[in-house]
Amino acid sequence: MTFQLPHPPAPENQPPPPVPALSLRGLAKRFGGKIAVDGLSLDVPAGSFFGIVGPNGAGKTTTLSMATGLLRPDFGTAFVHGVDVWRQPLEAKTLMGILPDGVRLFDRLTGEQLVTYAGLLRGMDKDVVSARVAELLAALDLTPDAGTLVVDYSAGMTKKIALASALIHAPRLLVLDEPFESVDPVSAANIRDILDRYVASGGTVIVSSHVMDLVQRMCDHVAVVAAGRLLAAGTVDEVRAGASLEDRFVQLVGGRNHTEGLEWLRTF
Amino acid sequence: MVAHLLRLKLTLLRNSVRRSPWQLVGLGIGVLYALGLVGLAIAGLLVLRGQDAGLAQTVVVLGGAAALLGWAVIPVAAAAADMTLDPARFTTFAVSMPQLLTGLALGGLIGIPGTATTLVALGTVGTWSRSLPAAAGALVGAVLGVLSCIVLSKVVTTATAGLASSRRFKDASAVVFLIPLVLMGPIVTGIAEGIAGSGDFLTALARALSWTPAGAAWSLGGDLAMGSYGAAGLKFLIALATLAGLALCWKLLLQRALVTPPYTGTSKKRAGGLGFFGLFPPTPAGAVAARSLSYWLRDPRYSGSLVVVPLLPVLFLFQATQTGSYGLLLFLGPLTAFLLAWSISTDVSYDNTAFALHLAAGVRGVHDRLGRAVACLVFALPVVLGLNVLPFLFGADWQLLPGVLGLSLGVLFSGIGLSSVVSARYTVAVPLPGDSPFKKPPGNVAQTLAVQFGGMGVLLVLVIPEAALLVAQFVTGSALPGWINLVLGPVLGLALLAAGVRLGGKWLDARGPELLAQLAVNR
Repeated sequence: MTFQLPHPPAPENQPPPPVPALSLRGLAKRFGGKIAVDGLSLDVPAGSFFGIVGPNGAGKTTTLSMATGLLRPDFGTAFVHGVDVWRQPLEAKTLMGILPDGVRLFDRLTGEQLVTYAGLLRGMDKDVVSARVAELLAALDLTPDAGTLVVDYSAGMTKKIALASALIHAPRLLVLDEPFESVDPVSAANIRDILDRYVASGGTVIVSSHVMDLVQRMCDHVAVVAAGRLLAAGTVDEVRAGASLEDRFVQLVGGRNHTEGLEWLRTF
Repeated sequence: MVAHLLRLKLTLLRNSVRRSPWQLVGLGIGVLYALGLVGLAIAGLLVLRGQDAGLAQTVVVLGGAAALLGWAVIPVAAAAADMTLDPARFTTFAVSMPQLLTGLALGGLIGIPGTATTLVALGTVGTWSRSLPAAAGALVGAVLGVLSCIVLSKVVTTATAGLASSRRFKDASAVVFLIPLVLMGPIVTGIAEGIAGSGDFLTALARALSWTPAGAAWSLGGDLAMGSYGAAGLKFLIALATLAGLALCWKLLLQRALVTPPYTGTSKKRAGGLGFFGLFPPTPAGAVAARSLSYWLRDPRYSGSLVVVPLLPVLFLFQATQTGSYGLLLFLGPLTAFLLAWSISTDVSYDNTAFALHLAAGVRGVHDRLGRAVACLVFALPVVLGLNVLPFLFGADWQLLPGVLGLSLGVLFSGIGLSSVVSARYTVAVPLPGDSPFKKPPGNVAQTLAVQFGGMGVLLVLVIPEAALLVAQFVTGSALPGWINLVLGPVLGLALLAAGVRLGGKWLDARGPELLAQLAVNR
């Protein structure tokens, strides 16, 4: 396995304007003997609805964790609207709303308390927080359960309340790791509406997913990641090149096995 | 199929140990502890061999009945039922009910509690090895008794599965279960006194129990040894019927449970209750304090320690009435201060990966530390003040109050300061969010011990000045060191608290992602 030593850009040759919403430069992370992310560079244009797709274990979550300041990269760095996430973490984090995958929530708070907490932690004004909490809960169909402890929520409701916590401070960039997992179709449609309007008004959304249809319908840009490397990136039409995104993805990633085995499965 | 289930249980046990060598160390400690207890019990049973048969019968029957009670109550009360072979996981396989039941019952013997009970039960064979029929009867009784224990435990856990899977019950039972555990000393003393005072009653109780399902199996050996063959025959039938009845109950319950999984419905609640968030200032530090305080009340891992606090004075007062000296009572305040202050040293470990929210929101480390410290102080300060005054109401020399109070406040403030530093840097193995506080936590036992004892050692060093002044007051009998302590304790303590919050905050700012990575290892 070759490993290129990435060169973090010097401050003088920062990404030229227009400044991308998120730009990753040579991100790399190794866990023990396994290289999870292998020198990944990527620009996410401001105002785009950006999908990151990849097979299981491709390093999507690791990449997004490093891009959002949750996991320190071994090499490389990330800029959010030109702010270095690892040199000025506090400034970068005010620009970002994050929905991490696979982390717990403070689930012994009620839904309302959790979102309020997320707002207050960011130093927001109390009245603004309470007004936004009410609106967010209504928009995500959570008002009837606002006073229920999050630990008693279903998986889909938990995703939605985490999303509300990520939206409360009106970030310029939203990074959502698997936002639609176990969310019911009606809520998913509502969330998509919210995100579409957010992008239309100039915000940037990055979603990771392995549901290709969803990404093809929802996103305008897409990046394909496998084995910690970037295989393709660009607008959805560029990447899929006439085929469906799913076919193109399988073609890029490989790994389809057209084996002749399992005959016994047809013998009953 | 039964052999398959047993092999599965063994494999699961072996794999759980293979996860890390420290799991093996933990299991080893558990085994040693159990072996010690089992050894004692068996030695006792062998000593009984040479004693009066009536006495031996009383002990064996009461002990057996107690074991049965334990197997029924503990898995539910401690919310720690052994679910490695959860029957629900076998629903999609074509396993016949009798095979499943036999496999699960025998699987229950594998593991520390099952093995320990079996060994002790077989020890009764030694007690009754006075004649061949008696020993044979004891052996049959032991087998029936142990199986009844395990099947009863399965009946109870299956029957309460719906209840036990409800979060409220789990939370409550975990906390309530602490009370008898903490008061173990007084309870044991009380029972021992009761036994000493009423030997006849116990003999009568054992005799009555031996005719019930609770004691029939355990009395077989004794009855045969004493020559009452008729009674032994009847009791054998009772014991057999007990086991059969329990097995039938289990089968029926399981059949029902497998097709109707527990439904844990919760009532919906609308918005309106912001709780502590409405009471604290709407700043990051205030929000952290409000969140922490909510957890102190709602999370059994925290509220467990809150339940212990009012029990401590009970324990100390009991000790004082037993010995007639109220001297130790003076240490109630400093000890409580220490326990409460040290309890937040595991704060971030308790958060687990939920800590990611603090990191994602860019909370400044010092706000995080301050909020947690304030949440602890809000109740710890009044509690410590109150418990400091308590001994003096029971006749301690009021002259000592300023000195002891100074020490307590010093310990409380310095301890919280130290905890703020420790939890910003080191994670320890604690039960995961939502788990029972009694559940053996996953993770590195060695680091946990090093952090805990190292931290306590540092705290002892930090409060040397206060302790020295208190000793000076004891030695000289002069009130002056006490008054100096009352000033020095809080001042020094608050200075250390401020320093701890600052240093902890700095470390948190610098190493937040690394801390989260450590937390993510155990989730």
